Amino acid sequence: MKRAITPILFLFPAVSLVMIFIVYPIFYSFYLSLHSWDMISPNRIFVGFKNYAKLIRDRMFINALKNTLIFTIYTVPTQIILALGLAILLNQKLKGISIYRAIFFSPVVTSIVAISAVWMWIYHPSLGLINYFFRILGINPVNWLGDPKTALLSVSIMSIWRGLGRTVVIFLAGLQEIPKEMQESAQIEGASNWQIFKYITWKLLSPTTFFILVVSTINAMQVFTQIHVMTQGGPAGATEVIVYNLYYRGFQLFQMGYASAIAYVLFAFIISLTLMQKYMLNRWVFY
Amino acid sequence: MGYKSRLVKKILIHSTLFTLSILIAIPFIWMISTSFKNIEEVLSLPPTWIPKRWVFRNYLDAVRFVPLGRFFLNSVVVSSITVISQLTVCSMSAYAFSILKFKGRDILFFILLSTMAIPGEITLIPTFLLIRNIGWMNTYQGIVAPSLVSVFGIFLLRQFFMGIPKELEEAGRIDGITDFGLLIKIILPLSKPALATLSLFAFLDSWNSYMWPLIVTNRIEMRLVQVGLRYFINDELGNNWGGLMAISTLIIIPTLIVFLLSQRYFIEGIKTSGIRG
Repeated sequence: MKRAITPILFLFPAVSLVMIFIVYPIFYSFYLSLHSWDMISPNRIFVGFKNYAKLIRDRMFINALKNTLIFTIYTVPTQIILALGLAILLNQKLKGISIYRAIFFSPVVTSIVAISAVWMWIYHPSLGLINYFFRILGINPVNWLGDPKTALLSVSIMSIWRGLGRTVVIFLAGLQEIPKEMQESAQIEGASNWQIFKYITWKLLSPTTFFILVVSTINAMQVFTQIHVMTQGGPAGATEVIVYNLYYRGFQLFQMGYASAIAYVLFAFIISLTLMQKYMLNRWVFY
Repeated sequence: MGYKSRLVKKILIHSTLFTLSILIAIPFIWMISTSFKNIEEVLSLPPTWIPKRWVFRNYLDAVRFVPLGRFFLNSVVVSSITVISQLTVCSMSAYAFSILKFKGRDILFFILLSTMAIPGEITLIPTFLLIRNIGWMNTYQGIVAPSLVSVFGIFLLRQFFMGIPKELEEAGRIDGITDFGLLIKIILPLSKPALATLSLFAFLDSWNSYMWPLIVTNRIEMRLVQVGLRYFINDELGNNWGGLMAISTLIIIPTLIVFLLSQRYFIEGIKTSGIRG
């Protein structure tokens, strides 16, 4: 008797919280996405899939999709290349390596809002640090966050700076799993550093690289905080991204049904990326 | 490789790493330097790396004009509740999923684990409506409710509990210990590293959380530090960059200290989950 009730007691808090705050919202937001509702009026109007149909023709949403894609292209590959290089350097046995590691990892734990404030100051058109260096080098100063042409790039640079350390940690973990003997025996047989990297390190690291690629793409698709702080989607919609659009529709215009449809589109993108990753990893294990 | 070429390699790596770490550290250096300058020096060109005259006014003003003390108190309360709740709730369910045996255990765990792939945006609107309907807007319970449990935490602790030798558990059972006794007296004391990792991530997530507290609070006195800082940037900044950098420094310092004290757990946590942080 006692044994049967014990698991229920131990699981009750976690399972009920997950039911209330994850499982129920998944279904409820789909239900909402089929309705038109301004949060104030007592009745929701059932509209079927009209919200989704409207999204395809919504200029603002298409622009947000496009900007999210550009942000992803700016940040993900750059971050992977920089992080891999750094991880290889940090994987050496050298004096003081732990100090370097601490410095590279530290941006990851910092508040995005505070760091956005610091970068707004660095990007300042007349007093900013970057334009100061540009003037020394004889380059025309740039209105980083104020110019539609450079705003998204500026947000991306700051995001790479903050996220780099996390990617380095995962690469370092992957590098440490590669048996040292393989690299050493290749070295004895006269392989160059580049050959060792290309044929051994890069090959054996490919599951890690793929994992990072998927996870950072998912993260990039969810970017919000730095944009809400630094640009509010501007100038001229140049930094409007999917989640910002969701926030704007849901919590500024209170179009709860429409915002839920945006959330579901994002959900579909992210789930398909996750499933693709699972499928590819399984294949790697089988071959 | 000869001694000489190994030395050259070492010097090359050191100088590359040194240059790169300066580049990474510049925003921090610049933030701290600006926070100690008076307004004339902040607005003067060329910029100075080390303040000509060190002033503490920015810090004093930040505490006086922005209700920064109140924001800090709110954030400390919310982070503490989050950490304590996640430690309790996650260790209980991790115990059930690793040490107890019951029908459907692994299926239930798998279902729970798969919710980790669900992005927070999808749950945002229904959770907001729920909190609003029960009248928890602008309350601590409204801010912490969705983060009282962490599926990542359950996963992390379960992995750790499964590695604890069965003999310890059996020895306890012979002495007639209850399940709660086993968890508290034997399993938890042996799991300090995993508990530290979970506490660290619960604290960082909570301290740095932004979108949820932004949505469920609209009264100034209920803002957390991040949201409070954002409103300062939007409404009161003007040319007060020194003040802004002082507030930013105050907000970043606690997380940097926690990180430097617990780097090992930080790395473990990222390796386990891949995405957190």
